[in-house]
Amino acid sequence: MKSAVVVFPGLNRERDMIAALTRIGGVPPAVVWHKDAELPDVDLIVIPGGFSYGDYLRAGAIAARSPMMDVIRARAEKGVTVLGVCNGFQILTEAGLLPGVLMRNGSLRFVCRKVRLEIANANTPFSRGYQGGQVIDCPVAHHDGNFFAEAETLRAIEDNGQVVFRYAEGTNPNGSVNDIAGITNRRGNVMGMMPHPENLIEPEHGGTDGRAIFAGLLAG
Amino acid sequence: MRGQRPPIPTAARYVPSDPTADMTLRTDIAITPELVADHGLKPDEYQKILDLIGREPSFTELGIFSAMWNEHCSYKSSKKWLRTLPTKGPRVIQGPGENAGVVNIGDGQAVIFKMESHNHPSFIEPYQGAATGVGGILRDVFTMGARPIAAMNALRFGAPDHEKTKHLVSGVVAGVGGYGNAFGVPTVGGEVQFDARYNGNILVNAFAAGLADADKIFLSEAKGVGLPVVYLGAKTGRDGVGGATMASAEFGADIEEKRPTVQVGDPFTEKRLLEACLELMATGAVIAIQDMGAAGLTCSAVEMGAKGGLGIELNLDAVPVREARMTPYEMMLSESQERMLMVLHPEKEAEARAVFEKWELDFATVGKTTDDLRFRVLFQGEEVANLPIKELGDEAPEYDRPWVAPEAPAPLDETTLPALDVAESLLALLGSANHSSRRWVYEQYDTLIQGNSLVTPGSDAGIVRVDGHPTKALAFSSDVNPRYCEADPFEGGKQAVAECWRNLVASGAEPLAATDNLNFGNPERPEIMGQIVHAIKGIGEACASLDFPIVSGNVSLYNETNGRGILPTPTIAGVGLIEDRSRIGRIGFADAGQTILLVGAPDGWGTHLGQSALLRDCLGRHEGTAPHVDLAAEKATGQCVLALIRSGLATAVHDVSDGGIALALAEMAMAGGMGAEIEARSAPIRAFFGEDQGRYLVTIDPKNLEQIVAEASVPLAVIGTTGGDALKLGDARSISLDDLKTAYEGWFPAFMGDTLN
Repeated sequence: MKSAVVVFPGLNRERDMIAALTRIGGVPPAVVWHKDAELPDVDLIVIPGGFSYGDYLRAGAIAARSPMMDVIRARAEKGVTVLGVCNGFQILTEAGLLPGVLMRNGSLRFVCRKVRLEIANANTPFSRGYQGGQVIDCPVAHHDGNFFAEAETLRAIEDNGQVVFRYAEGTNPNGSVNDIAGITNRRGNVMGMMPHPENLIEPEHGGTDGRAIFAGLLAG
Repeated sequence: MRGQRPPIPTAARYVPSDPTADMTLRTDIAITPELVADHGLKPDEYQKILDLIGREPSFTELGIFSAMWNEHCSYKSSKKWLRTLPTKGPRVIQGPGENAGVVNIGDGQAVIFKMESHNHPSFIEPYQGAATGVGGILRDVFTMGARPIAAMNALRFGAPDHEKTKHLVSGVVAGVGGYGNAFGVPTVGGEVQFDARYNGNILVNAFAAGLADADKIFLSEAKGVGLPVVYLGAKTGRDGVGGATMASAEFGADIEEKRPTVQVGDPFTEKRLLEACLELMATGAVIAIQDMGAAGLTCSAVEMGAKGGLGIELNLDAVPVREARMTPYEMMLSESQERMLMVLHPEKEAEARAVFEKWELDFATVGKTTDDLRFRVLFQGEEVANLPIKELGDEAPEYDRPWVAPEAPAPLDETTLPALDVAESLLALLGSANHSSRRWVYEQYDTLIQGNSLVTPGSDAGIVRVDGHPTKALAFSSDVNPRYCEADPFEGGKQAVAECWRNLVASGAEPLAATDNLNFGNPERPEIMGQIVHAIKGIGEACASLDFPIVSGNVSLYNETNGRGILPTPTIAGVGLIEDRSRIGRIGFADAGQTILLVGAPDGWGTHLGQSALLRDCLGRHEGTAPHVDLAAEKATGQCVLALIRSGLATAVHDVSDGGIALALAEMAMAGGMGAEIEARSAPIRAFFGEDQGRYLVTIDPKNLEQIVAEASVPLAVIGTTGGDALKLGDARSISLDDLKTAYEGWFPAFMGDTLN
C-alpha cells in the first residue's frame, strides 16, 4: 500500500508521522510539499499534526483553503483513504471533508498528556486493528481539540457510526461533545483524530497501542 | 543574544533631516551628556569612544556603541571572572563565544546547547517575553546547523500570594508552550520555583539543545572579502527601539510604560526559518551565520566581521522593513524576532534565494564583507556610521568591579526549632508551592513531539533518544538552589553544578558539559559583585572537579526592583550521554520487596538543616549555612551509582536534593505507585529532611545486596524495603499513596484556580 504525507508550512509532526508509516509499513511514504504540482497516486493520504500557518485565523483554516486541499478532496471523493491527525483533523473539518468543528480546549490551555481511548467503531479501515469497545492508551498534544457539532449533525454522526474513537471515561482532555476523539466522514474513508497514535508505536514510547491504526491502514 | 539594553529616550527619535544638507555623518541630534547617559554609557566610556574614533559619534553610531558596550553584549562586569571557568575538555568542540556550545557525542555527532535569560521582558509582558525567550534560544541552536531536539525552562516567580504572581505564571507558562509547541521541540525538563525575592523581577531562563553532524557546525566568523552579506527571515520593525526601552538599570515604578518595547514572537516564522536554514546549509552556500538577537543587525554584523578580521558594509535601503520611514538608528537597534544574517558563497546566491522563497521568507543582500576592518552603514546614499569593527567588540570596556566577600550566616541553632512530626512535615512539603507537582505547568508543554522522549518532566532529568542511533540517548537537567547561593554563593555555585551533575548521573548518563545562566542583581554594588565572584568561583571549582566544562552561557545582571536584588541565581543546565538507553535510571519504585539503599550519606543519613526546604517552606525561616559539597565524595558516589545503573543492578534511582530523603522517597513512591517502609532513626527530622549533599536513593534486588556492598567504595546504607500502598518513615505514621498524591497534585491547580480540566 502506498502512502503520502502532505506537508503545509508550520506543520511539525510530519517527521513523527513519516517515522511511524515507515517503521510499521516498511516503506517510507511520499512526502508532498503543499505547493508540489502533483500528489502521487497513493492509497493513503495523511495530513499530520502541527500548526499550519501558525494556527493564525483559526487552527487549520488557512491550509484548508489551499489548492492542495482541492486535490485531496477530489481523491477522497474517488475513495482514497485520508487520515488527518491533530492539525490534520482541524484542516479536514475546516475544509468540509469532515463534519463539526474543533474549538479551543475547555481549559483554554494547551494540553499534552496520555489519555485513554475507547474504540467506538472497529469497522473502519482506521480502526480494524482493534476490537470494538477496546480501550487503548494514546497521547494528546493540542490547544484546539474540543470537538463540537450542532445537535442534528451530531445525531447523524452518531447514528451513522462515524465516531471511531472516544475519550474513555474521565480522560476527556478538552471538553469534546460526547467525548469524541476521532470521526470519519459519512462514506468512512476520511478520518480525523486529535490524539497522536504516531507517538505511541514503540516500547520506548511507553507503549505500542497506536500501531494498530497504521498496521490496519497499511496492510490493505 | 538578548537581554538588558540601555534606555533610549522617546524625545530623541531620529528624524530624517533635509536631504540637501551637506554632511557625511548625520549628527542631527546633538550628542549631549544627557543623551550619552540615557544610552547607558558612563562619561569615561564616552571618552573612550571619542578617543577611539577621534570625533563625536553620530546618533546612529552612539546607538551602535551602546548596543555593543552594554552589559549584556560585552559582559563588561563579569568577563574577568568568566575567564576563570573551565571550558575545555576532550569532548568539547566549541566552548563559549559562539551562539551555543558544541560537544562531541561520538559517531560523528555533536550536541549543541545553551541557556539564556529573558527576565525583564517576561516580567513586563509575560506571554511574549517568555515566548521570545524560547524563540531566541532555539535560534541560537539552529544557527549552528543543529536541529533542536529538546528544550527546558527554569522559571522563578515571586511569592504565590503576591498580586502579580498568578498572572505571571499563567502568561509565562503559556508563552513557553505557545512558542515551543508550535515550533515543534519537546520540552523535557526545567524548574518552577516561588520566592518573594522575585516579586518584582521574575526569572525566565530558556535552554535548548540540538543535534548536528560534528563536522557540519556553522560559525559566525565571516571569511572572504567582497562576499554578500544576506539578511534572512522576518522583516525588521520598530520593536525593541523607539518608544521607551527596557532599562539595563533596575526596574522602577515606571515598569508599565515599558510594555510596548517587548518583542512579539512568531513561532510559525521561526519554524520556517529553521527548515530554510537547514536546507540552505545543506547546499553548502553558507560561509558564516549569526542570528539577530539583542540589537539585531548591529550585533550580528559586528560579530561576524570582527571574528573574521573583516570589515562589513551594510546598505540599509535593502533591509526588508515592516514599517515605513524607519530611521537607520531604529533599523540598527531593532530587536524584531526570527531574523538571521549570513555570509554566502556568491555563486550559490540564486540557489539560496530559492530555498527562502520556497519557505516564503525574506531574502535580501544587504551588504558585503570588506578588507578595511570598518563597520560602515549606508542609508539613502549617505554614510550614517563608520566605525572600527574590531574595537566595537574587542575594545569594549571591561571592569574589575569592587566586591566584598559575602558574610556567612550563623549556623542554624536547632534548639530553636519547634517539635516537628515527620509525616506531617512531609505532607506539608508535598503540598507546598515549591515542592508540589509541576504537572499543571508541564502538561502545557508538548513533551512528546519528535517521538524520541524517553523520560518527560517529573523525573531527575529529561531523556531523549538520539534519533537514528540504535542505543544512544541524551539527558538534560537544570538546577540551582538560590537560597543556598544567598547564604553562601561559593557553596551555592558548587552545589548548583553538583546537583545538575547528580541528576544526570541518576538518570544513567555520563555528564558531558554544562551551560550557565548567571542571574544576579546590580554588579555596581560590591556585595552583589561579591556574590557573582564567589558563585563563579564555586561553579568553576565544581566543574573542574567533576570534569563538567561550561561550554556556553549568559549573564543577566541588574535583576533588581526598587533597590532590592533577587536571590543570586546561577542556573546550571547540563547534558549527559547515555550509551545504552536500555539501562536508564528511573525514579519510580519498580517492584515490591526491593532493598532501598542510601548511597553517599553520612552515618545519620541526614544532618544539615540550615537553609533547608523544611525550614523555608514549612517554618518560613531562612537560617543557617548552606550545605557543603565535598566534590571528591560527589564524584566517587556518582561513579558508584552510574555503575549500578549501567550494570542493571539498580531498579530505581533518585538523587536526594531539597526536602531530603523524605521528599525523595515520596517522589519515588508516587512515580512507581508503590509504598515503602523505612527504618527508624534517633534524630528523625535531621535524618529525613537534612539536605546533606552527594546522596542518592537506589533500589536493588535483595539478592544482589551482598555483592553490591562488597564492591562499593562509598558509604552505602540499607534503609528500608519497597512494597505496600503507603510510605512509612521510621516511627512516623504511615501515609497512604493516595494521601501523598492528594497533597502533591493539589497545590498547583488550586493556586491557579482551576475548575476545568
